[in-house]
Amino acid sequence: MELNTEEMLLNMGPQHPSTHGVIRFVVKTDGEVMSAAVPDIGYLHRSIEKIAEKATYNGFMPWTDRVDYLAAMNCNVAYAMAVEKIAGIEISRRAEYLRVIAMELNRIISHLLAVGSLGMDIGAYTPFVHALREREKANDLIEELCGQRLTYNYARIGGVIYDMTPNWDAKVLAFLEQFEPLLNEFDRLLTDAKILKKRLGGVGVVTAEEAINYNLVGPNLRGSGVKWDLRKDMPYSVYPELDFEVPVGTGEAGVLGDCFDRYNVRMKEMRESVKILRQCFERIPAGEYQVKVPKKIRPPAGDVYVRTESTRGDLGVYLVSDGSDKACRVKFRCGSFNAMSIVEKISRGMMVADLIAFIASLDIVAPEIDR
Amino acid sequence: MTLEQIQKKLAEFYKGIAIELIEGVKHPVTQAQTGDSCLVVPADKIKDICKTLKTIEQFSFDCLSNLTAVDRKDRFEVVYHLFSYKHRHSLTLKAVLPRDDSAHIETVEGVWSCANWLEREVYDLFGIKFDNHSDLRRIMLPDDWIGHPLRKDYKEEEDYHGISTTRPPLLS
Amino acid sequence: MLTLKNKLPASVITTKVDDLLNWGRASSLWYMLFGLACCGIEMMQTGGPRADLDRFGSVPRASPRQSDLMIVAGTLTYKMALRTKVLYDQMPEPKYVISMGSCANCGGLFQPAYSVVKGVDKIIPVDVYVPGCPPRPEALTEGLLKIQQKMRREKFLVSKDGKKDSLVA
Repeated sequence: MELNTEEMLLNMGPQHPSTHGVIRFVVKTDGEVMSAAVPDIGYLHRSIEKIAEKATYNGFMPWTDRVDYLAAMNCNVAYAMAVEKIAGIEISRRAEYLRVIAMELNRIISHLLAVGSLGMDIGAYTPFVHALREREKANDLIEELCGQRLTYNYARIGGVIYDMTPNWDAKVLAFLEQFEPLLNEFDRLLTDAKILKKRLGGVGVVTAEEAINYNLVGPNLRGSGVKWDLRKDMPYSVYPELDFEVPVGTGEAGVLGDCFDRYNVRMKEMRESVKILRQCFERIPAGEYQVKVPKKIRPPAGDVYVRTESTRGDLGVYLVSDGSDKACRVKFRCGSFNAMSIVEKISRGMMVADLIAFIASLDIVAPEIDR
Repeated sequence: MTLEQIQKKLAEFYKGIAIELIEGVKHPVTQAQTGDSCLVVPADKIKDICKTLKTIEQFSFDCLSNLTAVDRKDRFEVVYHLFSYKHRHSLTLKAVLPRDDSAHIETVEGVWSCANWLEREVYDLFGIKFDNHSDLRRIMLPDDWIGHPLRKDYKEEEDYHGISTTRPPLLS
Repeated sequence: MLTLKNKLPASVITTKVDDLLNWGRASSLWYMLFGLACCGIEMMQTGGPRADLDRFGSVPRASPRQSDLMIVAGTLTYKMALRTKVLYDQMPEPKYVISMGSCANCGGLFQPAYSVVKGVDKIIPVDVYVPGCPPRPEALTEGLLKIQQKMRREKFLVSKDGKKDSLVA
């Protein structure tokens, strides 16, 4: 006997434990198999780009934290780099190293949360609390550096706001000493688990051409096999002097470009960040951490587009100046926006539970999408 | 390829079309170039030019890095940032539109798929319409929002569905 | 608790049962996962290993039907505001709301924004405001303890002459 089935229109979100912030999906499904999952965004549109036209260049820094609160250092530095480029301000080498140290520490804790919440969405609750425990230790270190636990407001036009406290580097190195073996523990819990490989292998496959066509960036792009990292290929700041690898997805759990590849790239990137941090502490020179900039910065009228490698990929800042002390237009081009736009295409024919795994593996965060 | 070479090569494909190269702004004291240079192309030819830039081997701009608009009070500028993974060169294109409600430009969704959402965002926040777009509707703001906020002359409404938009000051 | 209404006369015993009931309710405040923005991450850290909310009996629940506390953690936009009201209405009585962070208190950093509701109390009634941007886990724990204090002062049972006592002593 043939059962006559119809398609259902289900609503997932915006309040849902696994949508990584307030995003809504309208899911057309026939039983478990979806025909499309259409994302609906804008629930966290906080008009940051309009506020940029009302605040001065120096004063806009706290709002850049909220563009991506999990990688706030990267957003601060990207905006500062854009203003420094168009105004022609050179910063000292010590400030560059301090910025890189802050950004790499931020990358570690952001990936910890991404990996932990991916585990939690699939049903593995333990790695999430382990990740939170490590985040707490790193949050203590960052609080000693800049005074805040989440939205740092650390970079300034012309450098950084505070120097390291004495012995801070010894504390960070001690943290890294006990953190690196813990990554092996994460590997035992998650990466080598058969259930994870079965749930993520072959799910949500994004080929390299699709990834470039939809402009995916960061670990999402590297998970599809494209070896591209702005820190190596279009380096900025002090990255040319540092030695690290760029991990790429290999398709070991199924197909190249599936969810497991993206997850694996993030796990390996954490190890590379530990390497970078150790090198930075060896090489950081003495000097001043902030150069003198005028109180009201008035860059010449023009525009500039600066790209940096944030934790979720290429964070671009397009800054248009009209000669006054307030910007004419600031646009943040974020990786999560494009990652959301690919969900509708890849979700055709997927099961609902795989959709959750797919969204978690893309590591999207709501404020980057909506700004 | 440098910007001058790109301009020359494009001019060979599009004879008679004005493709202007605008140099980036220079620092007033050191005279070093601090801003980005760009090419200004006519708005009605944008889709053809983008298709050429993607398919011709020497250009190979396979990635649309950014698509946004700027409100310059007397005109709209739609800005495209292109990048090529193959040749590692980047390009900034600009198209100028008149600043009124009838501003419209052809979509480049057929060339790069990521333009779909980027153009919806520009429509939502600026009101610039994209012809032949598959799904042009608001993306960030609710569907019944009035106005296009990123325009310079945007005035906020008094309330939205009964929720007032201001908060009385604590010290009055 | 309402089934005891007809069985218990209004006497000293009622007050002790009030204490007993309030102790039971305050020690198992289940909060709804309503992390909207940055404060949501600090809410997760507060539920994490160091500043543990579970020792107060609070566990996160995904559905509003199973929770009695709503921690509005983050910025509320107009697009989300209508859904917030729907979620608040779905929670069963007695329900409480903590407004966590400056954005939920008054719009916070996003006062000049056009798409942000200037305070969640424009939509739903709030019991405790926790300031901070984002508030530290210790601050959120203090907010939870204040809700527990508020609950302990409540009189929940109806007296014999049909007059309902006020909820706050």
